[in-house]
Amino acid sequence: MIPDIGNSASLDGYECWNRTVSVHLPKMTLTFEDFPPGRFGTFGPRHVSREEILEFAAEFDPQPMHLDEAAASKSMLKGLAASGWHLCSIMMRMMADGFITRTASLGSPGVNEVRWLAPLRPGDDLTLEVDVLEARVSRSRPETGIVTFKGTARNAAGEALCEMTSPIMVGRRAGAAS
Amino acid sequence: MRFFEDIQVGDRRALGSFTFTAADIKKFAGKFDPQRFHLDEEAGRKSLFGGLAASGWHVASVCMKLLVADGQRQAREALARGEQVAVWGASPGFRELRWIRPVLAGDTISFVNEVVSKRSSESRPGWGILQGSNSGTNQRGEEVFSFLATAFVPMRGS
Repeated sequence: MIPDIGNSASLDGYECWNRTVSVHLPKMTLTFEDFPPGRFGTFGPRHVSREEILEFAAEFDPQPMHLDEAAASKSMLKGLAASGWHLCSIMMRMMADGFITRTASLGSPGVNEVRWLAPLRPGDDLTLEVDVLEARVSRSRPETGIVTFKGTARNAAGEALCEMTSPIMVGRRAGAAS
Repeated sequence: MRFFEDIQVGDRRALGSFTFTAADIKKFAGKFDPQRFHLDEEAGRKSLFGGLAASGWHVASVCMKLLVADGQRQAREALARGEQVAVWGASPGFRELRWIRPVLAGDTISFVNEVVSKRSSESRPGWGILQGSNSGTNQRGEEVFSFLATAFVPMRGS
């Protein structure tokens, strides 16, 4: 299935008849002008294994609900679940693979809000919906735009697990500031 | 970990510090945030960051690591005093996370947690909702990172 990201640069790699096909196009750089408000695209699926949940938790968030099945079943999460920071980091990777590494990204000043709505379980297949909430030219750096994205991660059942709202600084097309 | 009743607004704890090596930065970025300024010194120097910079999610994850370690330290101290240890619940999310300055290879970041507000949960009897400000400061005393965290904390005797 060709990812619906709304522009021809989406053909860098896509899932086709259960195998990954690489289409070699000239490397394209997305700029501020490519991010009008509205749905930008849907990315994934990304399979999340039990092993990677345990590995991330052991290094960064070694709470029993992320490491131990028996302790997790008695916790508020009612079963082993990934660290919320792991889920955010996976969403970052899905955005990076989906478009950010092909975007004139200058980094991000922060995250307005993250809502952890439901647990990420071992074996879940994540999809990520990305919407542009706002796109404006930076007042202090007119050669740069600020694009505020909302990412929604869902499991295979369509249940929303996490919503993240974050601005990213994106370069404008050459000459756009003049 | 402490119970809801034992925590006061304004309580402040130093969580400890962490030095971000170039190898750490590249390992995290390779897994989760493969943008060139997080993977390559030269690309970092040419970026707005001015050097190989840690992914913001790496900085946040290290803050979580130190928060958990501090909680475990408090739990051990409570056990040593013969007290009951509180098991905290999950977090519904966070707000206002700010990557104020880049964290570059070799930087040592010290993290601090301060309790901002507390209230009882309406949806979960026996639980309180705690809001804390977590922040990170580099070896030059410059604030580099902060966010407002929320967590469910159990009440005593619940």
